[in-house]
Amino acid sequence: MAGQTLYDKLWQAHLVKQRDDGSALIYIDRQLVHEVTSPQAFEGLRMAGRKPWRISGSIATPDHNVPTLHSERSAGVAGIVDEVSRIQVKTLDENCEEFGITEFTINDVRQGIVHVVGPEQGATLPGMTVVCGDSHTATHGALGALAHGIGTSEVEHVLATQCLIQKKSKNMLVRVDGQLGPGVTPKDVVLAIIGKIGTAGGTGYAIEFGGQVLRDMSMEGRMTVCNMAIEAGARVGMVAVDQTTMDYVKGRPFAPNDSEWEQAVAYWETLHSDADANFDAVVELDGAQIKPQVSWGTSPEMVLPVDANVPAPDDFSDPVKKAACERALQYMGLTAGQAIKDIRLDKVFIGSCTNSRIEDLRAAAAVVKGKKVADTIKEALVVPGSGLVKQQAESEGLDKIFIEAGLQWRDPGCSMCLAMNADKLGAGEHCASTSNRNFEGRQGFGGRTHLVSPAMAAAAAIAGHFVDVREWN
Amino acid sequence: MKAFTVVEGVVAPMDRANVDTDMIIPKQFLKSIKRSGFGPNLFDELRYLDEGQPGQDCSSRPLNTEFPLNFPRYKGASILLARENFGCGSSREHAPWALDDYGFRCVIAPSFADIFFNNSFKNGLLPIVLDEKIVDELFTKMYAEEGFSLTVDLPNQCVRLADGTEFAFEVDAFRKHCLVNGLDDIGLTLQDADAIREFETQWQAKSPWLFREHSA
Repeated sequence: MAGQTLYDKLWQAHLVKQRDDGSALIYIDRQLVHEVTSPQAFEGLRMAGRKPWRISGSIATPDHNVPTLHSERSAGVAGIVDEVSRIQVKTLDENCEEFGITEFTINDVRQGIVHVVGPEQGATLPGMTVVCGDSHTATHGALGALAHGIGTSEVEHVLATQCLIQKKSKNMLVRVDGQLGPGVTPKDVVLAIIGKIGTAGGTGYAIEFGGQVLRDMSMEGRMTVCNMAIEAGARVGMVAVDQTTMDYVKGRPFAPNDSEWEQAVAYWETLHSDADANFDAVVELDGAQIKPQVSWGTSPEMVLPVDANVPAPDDFSDPVKKAACERALQYMGLTAGQAIKDIRLDKVFIGSCTNSRIEDLRAAAAVVKGKKVADTIKEALVVPGSGLVKQQAESEGLDKIFIEAGLQWRDPGCSMCLAMNADKLGAGEHCASTSNRNFEGRQGFGGRTHLVSPAMAAAAAIAGHFVDVREWN
Repeated sequence: MKAFTVVEGVVAPMDRANVDTDMIIPKQFLKSIKRSGFGPNLFDELRYLDEGQPGQDCSSRPLNTEFPLNFPRYKGASILLARENFGCGSSREHAPWALDDYGFRCVIAPSFADIFFNNSFKNGLLPIVLDEKIVDELFTKMYAEEGFSLTVDLPNQCVRLADGTEFAFEVDAFRKHCLVNGLDDIGLTLQDADAIREFETQWQAKSPWLFREHSA
């Protein structure tokens, strides 16, 4: 019998019941809750007279709607200017209070983007099943967890039953061998993967990211890679547990304590695919060939190395892709054949659940240190992923480096990644963004997003256009 | 949940690949704490020429007359014909809520993104996967004939044309059962409460740290 993949093992360990019709009941260890996709779920519980199955299974924090300007935040929820946003954040507070769920509220230092807060608190751990009403939940798979995004009906289902009805996905291995060159980051790795397999390439699969590049990567880097599994169509992305994982987890508030540690490690050490495990699909990339990436279009698969030129519709033989290219060029205001380095930028956003952790901020700060943001850049935001990331960055003096260079230093939240709060692009504005989606209107009505790494965004802020960070000095 | 058995209705096009959920319902409308009322903002950035705001009266907004859903011939459509990877991106269930609130009961496409596909079933909206060639054929017929309509027969798992031609589709037995009977799956899962408790007991012994109480 063939061995098991990491996904097979996590699935098997959480299987409550296999039903005859092919569906299965899977136990959920941790649900992360935020203000946007939970109000209707709590309302559903109330209407049905149901209580949460296990209160300690959930943790909440507001992130999508919170303002990032310190002046607006200082008065707490009551100070949120946008009334609809204020009601939504307040509703989360009220629901958590009513149902007894632990919440890191707006000005708690532990508040932040759910996918930054979970691992940071040790609230998401190796071997767990993790869900959240947010498609970037695969982030937690970096820890060797089975993590994926769900809709609001499923948020309610997990609250009420601590289970999900699932069908098992197929297994895909994405192996990145070799070593990355200088200036090439985890963000470039995942963008290159999406560019290769396409935005639906992982649909129906759970992706395990492996190979030497992943083994050498920090936990934060692995989170960046897993975070964007959904941009390749996969709900689940994960990385096997190793010493890097254990070292990251140890000592975090919700992690196993000293008396439980050995028991935990014994289990976690099994969390890797067996050597003879069978994958339904295998994709291979050579890490040494990956260059810094920039997205030029309106889907994350529309991505190229920074030294490339914007494609033409005729470069695609598939009529659907041809039409998509044509529409994307029009929306993005780009000309086929123009150099990516010649794209002029209006705004820069460094943040989001993809790239707002301390290593991301350090990488960006190293690039801008002692330099000034280009005059043509209207706004450059740095938005840390959590209050604790912010605190850490400030203790290292990163905030001063950003401010002296002319970038704004904000409070934690999702911010301009999806522009539900006041941080957004104006129509026609080009933005170098460390976020995860370049869809039409994603960062603001008519806004034009280019997905890049933190170092590439920082360099673009100084230059006013894209530059190859490998040539930066 | 609204039951779905047989639906006959006018077919409208969403003729582009990779339609994402940001496109289906833009982020500013996600601030609502309700499940209903998203219909007027379905495809907001494509349907209107201005930027929509939550709570706004949409009846006086400038319409994009080039967007098919604004064509009189597609008025009252209940079946949306779409291209590959429909519903990609964000997990927002507001996307099926908006489609449902607008009046769509069914989306037909060559492929769907996983989370959207799953969310649709929870809301009485049936996503149907048909072969790309069949979808192409349906697009051709729809463009050629004003008022083109289809019958979607879930119990018999087929899409039927007016001339009697049928195209079979696959659907999971459990999802079909819930949809045909309009069942709330939380109630069904709770019938297995004993199995869940039993699982928890052995799981807690193996992973006690997962069950520790905590407080903010």
